[in-house]
Amino acid sequence: MIRVSIPSQLIAYTDGATRVEAEGASVGAVLDDLDRRHPGLKFRVVDEQDRIRRHVRIFIGQEEARATNEPVPPGGELLIFGALSGG
Amino acid sequence: MTQAIQLLVGTRKGAWIYRSDEARAAWAAEGPLFLGQIVNHFVRDPRDGRTLLMAASTGHLGPTILRSTDGGATWAEAKRPPAFPKGDPHGRSVDHSFWLEPGHASEPGVWWAGASPPGLFRSADGGDTWESVEGLNLHPQVTDWFPPEGGTPDGAILNQIVVDPRDARHMYLATCSAGVLETTDQGATWRPLNRNVRCDFLPDPYPEFGQDSHYLALAPTDPDRLWQQNHCGIYRLDRPGERWERIGEAMPREIGDIGFTIVPHVRDRDTAWVWPMDGTEAWPRTSPGGRPAAYRTRDGGASWERQDRGFPTEQGWFTVKRQAFCADACDPLGLYIGTTGGEIWMSGDEGESWRQIAAHLPEIYSVVAVPAA
Repeated sequence: MIRVSIPSQLIAYTDGATRVEAEGASVGAVLDDLDRRHPGLKFRVVDEQDRIRRHVRIFIGQEEARATNEPVPPGGELLIFGALSGG
Repeated sequence: MTQAIQLLVGTRKGAWIYRSDEARAAWAAEGPLFLGQIVNHFVRDPRDGRTLLMAASTGHLGPTILRSTDGGATWAEAKRPPAFPKGDPHGRSVDHSFWLEPGHASEPGVWWAGASPPGLFRSADGGDTWESVEGLNLHPQVTDWFPPEGGTPDGAILNQIVVDPRDARHMYLATCSAGVLETTDQGATWRPLNRNVRCDFLPDPYPEFGQDSHYLALAPTDPDRLWQQNHCGIYRLDRPGERWERIGEAMPREIGDIGFTIVPHVRDRDTAWVWPMDGTEAWPRTSPGGRPAAYRTRDGGASWERQDRGFPTEQGWFTVKRQAFCADACDPLGLYIGTTGGEIWMSGDEGESWRQIAAHLPEIYSVVAVPAA
């Protein structure tokens, strides 16, 4: 099971939870499982060509993921952030 | 005769609904709805009077469509928002939906969406799931019509969809880099419709396509009459004609005929309003001279009259974007503008006088007037 940190911009999908769990061996697989549990979440984070959206940042532990095919280790942590975009 | 009106207001920071009394004198605000969402368009389905669709995104997240099927009491997100097919040969992904258009009256549940980058999408279930319209999105000339580097400061857009009320198969698009496109087979095939529309920013000033069509409107009482506010002037075309006439030539020279939108009268084919924007030098796109005004023609564009009573007479630097000028269907007809400075102004006497009915909102992107439910 992967621990996932949810940013404020996405808590409408998780009933307000900022920490959830999902399964998967890659960023994309974890997001797919998250989307099954919280429908609609993935498309707000990743576009239809599987690119991480420009103002979203995803980290696997301390390392930033640049693509959805990057592996996530068993028992690892995925952190999703809203990048700098406001005003 | 007047009736209670609802204004559906989309802003850069959420949506609002303004409700009037029957005299359109008192207005009450409901909102913000979805505070922080960038709402490019907020529309009600005229076929059922209770389905509301909102084209939304945020600064961080991808685009979506928010839906209500009970007049705004409850909302849900579209199950499958507009998106290009995975593996799209041009690598496109929807940045945001810009325009939402209810389908023909004979096709309840059908909606159309225009997006940035330019793309056309269709829903057959009231906006819950959307499909790419491949007749346009995979057209052999799609990269000529919508070059990746083309577009507005907010990106290239398919900014408008117009359905002929007499024929569901006949539609027009307004686009920022191919001008007006027309289909007579409901989107399977398309062709440019831009003859005699100027393009100041290309080597050939009258190309087959390349124009920036800011807004297109059919006269409600005569759908063969097309009004267009283009990046390069105000035009009119009477079908089956093919050659647009630059009716903006009759505007006062010091005002010019640049703007974002044009609003036809609901009962009179010869009457329409424009909201001129300063197109000189650095294209400030503000009210010329800092003196806001609408201009009205009552003779099909042969002449124009200024309508500014009630607006600031100096230091009024309004910008009114594509979807932020509209009319209701009352008699006398009501007109509404939303400014990028977050103000809503209305006229209850067909533009003769204006008054502010809301202020201090975020940057307004769209204002749509509908009869109260």
